[in-house]
Amino acid sequence: MTSPTAPMAAGVRGLLDPDDDRADPGIGRQLSLPELLEALDRSGLTGRGGAGFPTSVKVRAVAGDRRRPVIVGNAMEGEPLSFKDAVLLTRNPTAVLDGLETLGRAMRCRRAILAVHEDLEASSLTAALRGRRTELARLTGGFVAGQESAVVAQLNGGPPKPRDQFRRVTEYGVDGRPTLVLNAETLAHLGRIARHGPAWFRSTGTADDPGTSLVTISGAVHRPGVIETPRGTRLLDAIAPALPIDPVAVLVGGYHGAWVPAADLEVRLSKSALAPYGASVGAGVLHVLGADACPLEIAARVVDYLATESARQCGPCVNGLPHLATAVRRLASGVRDDSLPLEIDRMAHMVSGRGACAHPDGTARFIGSTLTVFHSHVQDHLGGRCPVRRQTRS
Amino acid sequence: MPRSAADTIMSTRLHIDWTRCDGHGSCVELLPDVLTTDDFGFPMPLSHDKEPVIPVRSRVAAGHAVRSCPVMALKIFRKV
Amino acid sequence: MTSNGLDAALWSFGRGAGLAALGLFTLSLLLGIIGRSGRSLPLLGRVGVSDLHRTAALTGTGLVAVHVGSLLIDPYAQLKVVDLLLPFLAAYRPFWLGIGTLAADLLVLITLVSVLRARIGPRVFRSVHWATYVLWPFALVHALGAGSDATSPWFRAFALACTLAVVSAVGWRLAASFPGRGWDRQPRRTA
Repeated sequence: MTSPTAPMAAGVRGLLDPDDDRADPGIGRQLSLPELLEALDRSGLTGRGGAGFPTSVKVRAVAGDRRRPVIVGNAMEGEPLSFKDAVLLTRNPTAVLDGLETLGRAMRCRRAILAVHEDLEASSLTAALRGRRTELARLTGGFVAGQESAVVAQLNGGPPKPRDQFRRVTEYGVDGRPTLVLNAETLAHLGRIARHGPAWFRSTGTADDPGTSLVTISGAVHRPGVIETPRGTRLLDAIAPALPIDPVAVLVGGYHGAWVPAADLEVRLSKSALAPYGASVGAGVLHVLGADACPLEIAARVVDYLATESARQCGPCVNGLPHLATAVRRLASGVRDDSLPLEIDRMAHMVSGRGACAHPDGTARFIGSTLTVFHSHVQDHLGGRCPVRRQTRS
Repeated sequence: MPRSAADTIMSTRLHIDWTRCDGHGSCVELLPDVLTTDDFGFPMPLSHDKEPVIPVRSRVAAGHAVRSCPVMALKIFRKV
Repeated sequence: MTSNGLDAALWSFGRGAGLAALGLFTLSLLLGIIGRSGRSLPLLGRVGVSDLHRTAALTGTGLVAVHVGSLLIDPYAQLKVVDLLLPFLAAYRPFWLGIGTLAADLLVLITLVSVLRARIGPRVFRSVHWATYVLWPFALVHALGAGSDATSPWFRAFALACTLAVVSAVGWRLAASFPGRGWDRQPRRTA
């Protein structure tokens, strides 16, 4: 996996460069909780796992509980298009573990657990864990297994299935304790903010979305890989190091994300700039669609995959997603049924918000974006032809 | 953060535990103003809200629905 | 009324309550299976089915308390408090009464778990509730064996009717064609 680095603030190595901090432990590890909270507030760090929630708010929610919490670093990375957490744990596991420990000490946590997928090959991680209190949990599961309550469920000995959110994991999680689940990359940033200060973090990125992010670039590119990029970078600049090949559009946010068409690649990778596309930076997945790929064919395969990855707990998802997959497949195959887009839209709205987790919502978002951005392509398919394939279908 | 008096009005809402719900349908019968049935027999809020508001006139019926659900998938709660 | 007359009245009352309880438990079981199927009934709706299921069961439970209570008071029955808890120790028809004791104990457990199910949780509730399929035949066998009406034709007809109803309902429940409300989480036909 190639990882060219983006320009970094002076004096601090990139996130993917092993940070030799043993020589200079700094004050990071001894921050008190109020000090850490203040640093997080001022840094404006948001989650790098998908939801993009302000980290200080998440920490506060759990810190308010009198019981000693459990902290979980989430590196499950169930999204197939995302590799950044795996790369981070391979190249710079210390950054993640430092962040986890800084947080754990400040919160007087009962347990600190790093949750990784059992398939992760991480000898450097095992080495970095020596002598630390942090536990390594090797977990199983697919797409939804990385959802925060699914991780907690598995850590509690159950199957990797999301739980109903009425009783949040922040109140009742691992071992019944208040549990704070943060993405591995978020923890790495947290540790660095504790060490180098919020001002350093804010020296890159934008005012409302500061710092850097790891992005995984895939698809029609010569050099797929993971890169560290300042937030607010223009999308076309972010994918440039990967050498894209005639991009038609970029899928931002993975299988639950949204498309940005080629004409709009100057959009900045920040919350506010991406919002009009129904997209968010999320876990930093940037998948490039080339000129020779049919977006509806890709969408059909994605929705098919998402349907099979349902945890099979919730009626609307178990029933609705296969139905959606069939409809999108029909559209991709060039079935001349003008009611298809409407039916797909109706079904997408039907499944949204009706599940224990956001799996149906994300699927609906992806489908909605596909039908919007590739509207004319959809019309062509309904007319029986695909502009990419240049074949007439019956 | 200072709030106006209007901000503190709480709404009574219905929470559906989708991991338990199996489309029995008592709730839809009791709360026709709040819920309808989707294509597969599962309750669907008419307002497309994740946790629909229960109007005052339906509060009693909502309590009945909570007790009536054979898999205890419903909860009523107040939300700011 | 003479004391003998009072005793006779208590005896009838106690037995009557027991029989009524059996009838109500039969009704409750049938409605439970209908509820489980997700099918609605005219006039009742699904809500009515589950409400009536519950009401019949609770009323039956109350009647069992009356049944047991009146027989405790009635000297003719020779029932002691210990007979309510430990089976097969009674003076009168100990085996058949013992079945009744077991049924009553089971009923207490099922009722407690049902009433407290919000605290106990759906999984434990469901496991314990399966025991109603043990409770019902115990109640029937107890009625047939310990009940002094067991030889009378109207009682036999009543018992037969209840048995036929339960057997057909359970047969339907076990059939592959039973609707079952999606416990297995398989996709359904589009409505």
